Amino acid sequence: MGALHELTAVEAWRLLERREISARELAGACLQRIEAVEPSVRALLTVDAEGALRQADTVDARRARGEALPPVAGIPVVLKDNLCTEGMRTTAGSRILERFVPPYDATVVARLRAAGAVFPGKANLDEFAMGSSTENSAFQITRNPWDLERVPGGSSGGSAAAVAAQECPLAVGSDTGGSIRQPAALCGVVGLKPTYGLVSRYGLIAYASSLDQIGPMGWTVQDVALLLDAIAGHDPLDTTSLAGSARGEDVTGYLEACREGVQGLRIGVPREYFGAGVTPAVAASVRAAADLLANLGAIVEECSLPTTDYALAAYYIIAPAECSSNLARYDGVKYGLRTRELAGHVGLMEKTRDEGFGAEVKQRIMVGTYALSHGYYDAYYRRAQQVRTLIRRDFETAFKRFDVLLTPTSPDVAFRIGERADPLAMKLADICTIPVNMAGLPAISVPCGFVDHLPVGLQVIGGALQERMLLRVAYTYEQATGWHRRRPVLPGT
Amino acid sequence: MLEYEPVIGMECHAELLTESKMFCGCQNAFGGEPNTRCCPVCLGLPGALPVANRKAVEHVIRTALALNCTINRYARFDRKNYYYPDLPKGYQISEYDTPIGVRGWIDIEVNGEVRRVHIRRVHLEEDTGKLFHGMGNESYVDYNRAGVPLMEIVTDFPPDLHSAEEARTYLVKLRAILTYLDVCDGRMEQGSLRCEPNVSVRPKGSSTFGVKTEIKNLNSFRSVYRGIEYETQRQIEILRRGEQVVQETRGWNEERQQTFSQRSKEFEQEYRYFPDPDLLPLDIDEEWIAQIRATMPELPDERRNRFLRDYGLPPYDASFLTETRPLADYYEQVVRACGDAKQASNWVMGDLSRLLNADGKEIAECPVPPEHLAVMIQRIAEGTISGKIAKALLEEMYATGQPPDVLIEARGWTTIKDTATLSAMIDRVFAENADVVSAIREKGQLQKRGFLVGQVMKASQGKADPKEVNRLIDEKLNA
Repeated sequence: MGALHELTAVEAWRLLERREISARELAGACLQRIEAVEPSVRALLTVDAEGALRQADTVDARRARGEALPPVAGIPVVLKDNLCTEGMRTTAGSRILERFVPPYDATVVARLRAAGAVFPGKANLDEFAMGSSTENSAFQITRNPWDLERVPGGSSGGSAAAVAAQECPLAVGSDTGGSIRQPAALCGVVGLKPTYGLVSRYGLIAYASSLDQIGPMGWTVQDVALLLDAIAGHDPLDTTSLAGSARGEDVTGYLEACREGVQGLRIGVPREYFGAGVTPAVAASVRAAADLLANLGAIVEECSLPTTDYALAAYYIIAPAECSSNLARYDGVKYGLRTRELAGHVGLMEKTRDEGFGAEVKQRIMVGTYALSHGYYDAYYRRAQQVRTLIRRDFETAFKRFDVLLTPTSPDVAFRIGERADPLAMKLADICTIPVNMAGLPAISVPCGFVDHLPVGLQVIGGALQERMLLRVAYTYEQATGWHRRRPVLPGT
Repeated sequence: MLEYEPVIGMECHAELLTESKMFCGCQNAFGGEPNTRCCPVCLGLPGALPVANRKAVEHVIRTALALNCTINRYARFDRKNYYYPDLPKGYQISEYDTPIGVRGWIDIEVNGEVRRVHIRRVHLEEDTGKLFHGMGNESYVDYNRAGVPLMEIVTDFPPDLHSAEEARTYLVKLRAILTYLDVCDGRMEQGSLRCEPNVSVRPKGSSTFGVKTEIKNLNSFRSVYRGIEYETQRQIEILRRGEQVVQETRGWNEERQQTFSQRSKEFEQEYRYFPDPDLLPLDIDEEWIAQIRATMPELPDERRNRFLRDYGLPPYDASFLTETRPLADYYEQVVRACGDAKQASNWVMGDLSRLLNADGKEIAECPVPPEHLAVMIQRIAEGTISGKIAKALLEEMYATGQPPDVLIEARGWTTIKDTATLSAMIDRVFAENADVVSAIREKGQLQKRGFLVGQVMKASQGKADPKEVNRLIDEKLNA
């Protein structure tokens, strides 16, 4: 057995169950690791060593009493800092919420807490989850553990980097246009964006409500499944969350779904996902993954999703439109930052927002405000919603022929910090992930090789509520390749 | 001189009677220590999500049916985006192009003529908090009211209302329907029913429309009436001077009985409505509608007709008594206990209403229970007390809440019928007014007889049985 912080969640769970290690030891090891590598990685905005150890002690006591505990009990889970945590600062990566301490837990956090998960800290992110590099955080630049000069991706860059740097076995992220999958790909870990509505959004600080979805991140496919088991399921506080049992859908048992075998599965490879912008090296890695799955017995065929090219444009209408409304509540009146300048209530709001929001957030609010304005609504917002319907139909047609689709997660490997100053170039980082959010479908990113010592991600997309199928394909691939066993070496460790 | 007529549209907001707020579990109640009925959802905390209150939706469907509306099966919530400190999320959840009820009507009666008022829409939204300004530069916000379910009822265009009296009658009728349905308590002074009329004037007989103004802060039927009257006259005077009416929102100053300019509406407010992605569209199926229809209470028109038929009341009484459900209930309880519909109507509409008005109270807060009033009416019928004493008695009953028999006993208000006692009183009055007595007896000035009766009643402090007094005086005068 290596150092405790190197354990996967599944390994740690088994050791905890057999009482070969305690939750306190595990939490202690992760906190030590955090102390050692945080100065170079800077994945976390808040570290709560005391709270984490207290949670670990509680779990150890529960286990000592002979309580039956779920697999996640005693496992350190880093939370993206746009998930509300009662009594623990939650910033959304923004100055406007720099000192905001929520009086309540997000449903996901409450579920994990009840299950006995341990929260060592809150992860950095692009401000309000708007970005693809975590460079838009108001507080710090998170570095990719594989190359500290490069970005970890975003917006869940802190969550991905924390797992990749082995600060914790598991992390929770959120994904609006690729924010779990793209950083997972760039950091060489596994990230799953569930079907829209599988995981409750209650307590997730909203960016774009109709696209936001919380999901798990970890080193292995099984680890991600273990975490999904702990957070999925209907929540009466989120009316857009799916009533699983009512639909006859089982929303647990994801860990058990990680079985090998793709014999006879029909896998589609949409050609639009290999177009301009996708580097030849990334494309080659993904095609090699498709060949491997074919060798394992899957039926792999090329296919087409003709509306793919419109997804990015439509996304950049819908997401800003919703964000312009979702972020209207940050006005300096009730909580969060309030300007020191007194200038009447309109001035208070304007000054607070001017001081509190970063450039990217302001830009999206302005775009969204414009798109919803009288006289432009039909031309932009309504039109974008129509495109969204077409994208959804495209996928529905494809899933009549295929069980899953294979694409790159990101068109390129991790780029250098500061390299993508051009906002359009930055936004192109999400061309492979955005269509999935637009259709509300589940997708997983799993490591599929390295280009210049930097990880490449393979995206497996499934039909609605086909998470089990995704986990099976990803697990089979992972077990056949072993990319997940490679770990970055960090300076000073 | 050119004659003008007002054209009036009515926009009414009714706070719905539900246990909890529109999108969260907080208590829905008036007042309370500021910011004590709040939670992450109604405070618009980051990450909080709304869950629609089914009871509130049902109240709106019920109202829409009572107003003869068509129900939108897939009504949907939209966000109305605007900034104000009393609006926690920076948007109000409302319904924009798919309100729950559309195209309805109600009939009102003005000067004995029935008029149909068309309703454009009935929709559901959430109320805002309340803003207070301190003595200095500071302001305070109370979010207890934020998120309270609010129903908006808008009359159709072109408007059917053409006088302040018609508008007032419409509002009275609307409030009656709301209170009968038990969806709103209809208290205008507390703001649970708010009305914002918009008024324009045009030359009588014209089919075009003038520039309109909207009147706010009207918190009684009377101020709605006065506000519209004032605004109508103000606009007519402007036009007569050859000037233009400015499109604006005007406040009502209750003290000065005047409207004043609040804000210009020259530029249409940009609300950026869009469907709220946090809420699924409603699915109001036939079964739900049928369930609501099956549990509709008796509505004001039906009850008024029943009062005319069963109690033989004059139309005015029947209309007055059925204006609110608690009043009609109160009246019926009095009738059931005393058996005299007309007397019950006289006392409820007369002295009792006067006492309540003077006190600023609603019938629901009336300190005289209907059974007490019924007993009082019975005591008059039996001759135990006189009608005159009854007026004083009712005031005592109102002030103390005591049953009438206890007060009659304690005050010694029983009618004096005893011949010997009355005879002695009359003799004393005759002795004190010998000149009057002789004028009647000797000069036949019979008109002065009433004076003597009055003096006896006065001497008995109103307790003497007038019939007996009259009989005895006649006896003695003729003796």
